[in-house]
Amino acid sequence: MSEDGLYAALVRRGMSRRSFLQFSAAMAAALALPAAYGPRIARAVEAAPRIPVIWLRGQTCGGNTEALLRSADPSVASMLLDVLSVEYHEYLMAAAGSDTDLARTSAMDRYPNGYLAVVEGAIPTAAGGAYCLVGGRPLTEVAREVCDGALATIAVGSCAFDGGAPAANGGSTGAGGVRQVVTDARLVTLPGCPLNVVNLAATIVHYLALGNLPPTDLGGRPLFAYGALIHNQCERRPHFEFGEFALSWGDEGAQKGWCLYKLGCKGPETMANCPTVRYGDGVSWNVRAGVGCVGCTTPNFWDAMMPAYKRLGSPAPFLPNLTVDQVGIAVVGAVGGAAVLHGAGMTAREHRRNVVARHAEQAAAKRHATAQARHEAELARLAPTAATTPAAATVDQTPVQQAPPVDTEPARPVETEPAPPVEPARVDNRGPVDDQPATDDQPATDDQPATEQPEGR
Amino acid sequence: MARIAIDPVTRINGQLRVEAELSGGRVRDAWSSGTMFRDMEGVLRGRDPRDVWLLAERICGTCSTVHGLASVRAVERALGIMIPANARVLRNVIAASLLVRDHVLSFYQAQLPDWVDLHSALGADPAATSVLSQKRSGWSKSSSDYFRGIQARLAAEVDAGRPGLFGVGWWGHPAYRLSPEQNLLLIAHLVEALDWQRAFMRIHAVLGGKDPHPQTFLVGGMALASPWGGPSARRTQGHPDVPQRNSPDPLSEEGLNLIDTLFSDASTFVNQVLLPDVQLLAAAYPDWGAIGAGPGNYLAFGEYPLDDSSSPALGLPRGQLAGGNLEQVQSINQGNIGESVVHSWYRGSVNEGARGFLTPASGETSPAFDAQLPLASLDGAGKYTWIKAARYAGVPMETGPLARVLVGYAQGSQETGTALGEVLRALSLGPEVMPSVLGRLLAKAIEATVVVTKARGWLLALRQHLGTGDLAVADISFWDQGSWPPEAAGYSLGEGPRGAVGHWISIRDRLIDRYQVIDASTWNASPRDLNGQRGPIEAALTGVEVADAMQPLELLRVIHSFNPCAACAAHVLNPKGTGPFDLRVRTREGAG
Repeated sequence: MSEDGLYAALVRRGMSRRSFLQFSAAMAAALALPAAYGPRIARAVEAAPRIPVIWLRGQTCGGNTEALLRSADPSVASMLLDVLSVEYHEYLMAAAGSDTDLARTSAMDRYPNGYLAVVEGAIPTAAGGAYCLVGGRPLTEVAREVCDGALATIAVGSCAFDGGAPAANGGSTGAGGVRQVVTDARLVTLPGCPLNVVNLAATIVHYLALGNLPPTDLGGRPLFAYGALIHNQCERRPHFEFGEFALSWGDEGAQKGWCLYKLGCKGPETMANCPTVRYGDGVSWNVRAGVGCVGCTTPNFWDAMMPAYKRLGSPAPFLPNLTVDQVGIAVVGAVGGAAVLHGAGMTAREHRRNVVARHAEQAAAKRHATAQARHEAELARLAPTAATTPAAATVDQTPVQQAPPVDTEPARPVETEPAPPVEPARVDNRGPVDDQPATDDQPATDDQPATEQPEGR
Repeated sequence: MARIAIDPVTRINGQLRVEAELSGGRVRDAWSSGTMFRDMEGVLRGRDPRDVWLLAERICGTCSTVHGLASVRAVERALGIMIPANARVLRNVIAASLLVRDHVLSFYQAQLPDWVDLHSALGADPAATSVLSQKRSGWSKSSSDYFRGIQARLAAEVDAGRPGLFGVGWWGHPAYRLSPEQNLLLIAHLVEALDWQRAFMRIHAVLGGKDPHPQTFLVGGMALASPWGGPSARRTQGHPDVPQRNSPDPLSEEGLNLIDTLFSDASTFVNQVLLPDVQLLAAAYPDWGAIGAGPGNYLAFGEYPLDDSSSPALGLPRGQLAGGNLEQVQSINQGNIGESVVHSWYRGSVNEGARGFLTPASGETSPAFDAQLPLASLDGAGKYTWIKAARYAGVPMETGPLARVLVGYAQGSQETGTALGEVLRALSLGPEVMPSVLGRLLAKAIEATVVVTKARGWLLALRQHLGTGDLAVADISFWDQGSWPPEAAGYSLGEGPRGAVGHWISIRDRLIDRYQVIDASTWNASPRDLNGQRGPIEAALTGVEVADAMQPLELLRVIHSFNPCAACAAHVLNPKGTGPFDLRVRTREGAG
């Protein structure tokens, strides 16, 4: 392995071999891959060079950068500062003024189509882009330049996803997500307010280990992180099932840790993995701390998911749940020196695996449609005036929680040994956990919603 | 005469552009320009006052919780809500932990590259660095091997092929003065600071579910629930036992122990690493005690209410020092707070009120960007920033740790006086150095040591109070909007780590009608006002010597000493006029 490589950087940072293997296992779990993928990820990461990154900020509170800095030690995303070679980041870099342009453009020259563009914050288009200037230039221009020349663009946080807070009702700056301005670049979005940085780490490791970006929905959100409802991973789900709700703040139900559905929790309408990967080194997440989910990974959530403490009055906006394999063979070939893995043999296997994966997804679709319909009926029974989630329409393409099957077993649905009833799988940084079961006998897990609306903005 | 621009000013939140005219190697004049605007007021309007704080919270992600807290307080004041004691203390604990974290990080991550030559550290002798470290403090990470390892990581970071974050910089600049060993020592502490704060901010994750932007604030208190039966009781569960996975109940014994341990570690870090490092800088750069003073007026709204009365005693002081008088603290009168947009990219109101500063309910104000893009220079521009000029009684005010320390000192605060006295004595410096770049650094370190100690005391008091059986964490008697008056107005004055924060709101028909925020950087990074007075950063830059116009490192030192946040400073626009709201709107009877 090279001295400039990722593994060498991690070793210099003091990561022990044991920690490294735990990191690899944790990444496998975060990606909802079977435990067997841990060693495979370790091998790929060992061989990987560090990925150059240009990180742009738009109209942002800076929370996603802060999330990056708060990420837990010793494994997972805290390694990003060594995993990535951040060539440009206005909040972190030593250079100032026009020297930053130099840093940015020379990175783009040195790694044509070989660097990752990361965008945090909304990009405003009104007034010729005057609401966000960098080095005197509208961010609209700078973002197009940087993203068009990148290997891929990752939009971190809800503002880069769909405009977020500045784009909410009443905002006047023409704020929008990356896609509003950068139409051609390959884009992965990681909404959340701020994002869960474990998902950023996992997306990058997916790329390092498997040679492509993870499959996403039509909004660009990776399915491994945004493919399942919070409601189906939540540790308070038993209380929901048994009809035990906190009815007001601090009451007996709240003190006993009961379900927060009646205090407005948007878990039943929100796709994310907060209950499993959590925040602060697995210390907590909203519901664990006693407040409901506010739906911050949902399109336009500042309008669609508010008021926070009430149930919705109209159907929640979901994204169409079609799997998009964003990195085809041609792209894998094109990444050239930046790609870390094997070559023609690998890409052919990749292709076959993708085809196989699609078969598996279709096979699972029907099962999930049934489970979803059952779930919605349950919600309706409990709260007849509550918003109905979108009707269970045709779900031909509903994918399972993304878990690439093993090479030698085509067209077999992803299965692991059955887990205990409704035990949510938790990503523990100290080791892999079993996947959620995907059998008919279990209550709905890892669901996709039946249909989703395309994002409006 | 040369005119230079630093755009972007890096290592700050938000987008800031600074221009300076240099003549004879000195700054003759300077302009501070915020180049990003979000129109947060536009999106805050029309929202439910019970959850508007969630959106206001997103004004800043570095000073996470500052604006959420200010928002709930403003709504509580509007509705006359008094929160339970437990909630008050929890809010103080959250705010104090943020301040301590921010003081450490804003020094190491944002300011250190201005004072420490990272490339010089590559040539340091690790053994000598070890000796230096052990001489300065009892901090345990001090072996030669340890410094050798840091040096190796640094070397790998800055290799020629892949500069990374520290490759490009003004290394070798004559204004850098530290020895290679001192440089290596401080850089090692930068790396440690990044590690330390990751663990420390678990306080916010435990109490609020995640960090940044924990979610536990409520209008009426906090959403935290004490465990059923109190902190010492075992959690009773009638249904499948959900494994807690090292995630304690925030208000259980375990949770409170965790928070206390984190504060204890913070106290060690602040006293054994931060403070000695700032003193090391002060000893090496004493002349910076006479550079970058700024207007010399100081504003502090105060923070950490210590009791449950309507005018509580405060842990950090409220008051203002103006007119060059640093001994007599004057009180704060809200009516004196105003903003001028003459030099900002907004259409000014024709009815600018008393003293020319905008008051609410008069005239229209709206964004009016009039510069040519791309922005080549602000030279000659009448309007040149998205930040408005906040003024107190028409006077530019500096706000932040230095303001708080000076106001506290002048008010006779014992902890501040003792801490400040000790630090100055050890450096053989007098108090006259405080209004300066160096003074801001010292004030921040001193404040961190004082606040971390206070916070541990509050945590202990919280445990004792919970132990008496009073588990109330929220007063929700106002949650039902049926009891609300048709109109209400409120405000909050408090302190974020960077300085004074004020929120002003009005509620009409149970929705937010207007929202105004004046943040620390609206004071510090403000432009000229209608009377032509420069903002504090602009004034502080004027007169500063610059050795090399192409590498104005000295100017970065001045700007970063304020730790401005250009995201917070420029975000609020009230279409009906800016400035605090007309508080003659009838509030709920009995409200303070």
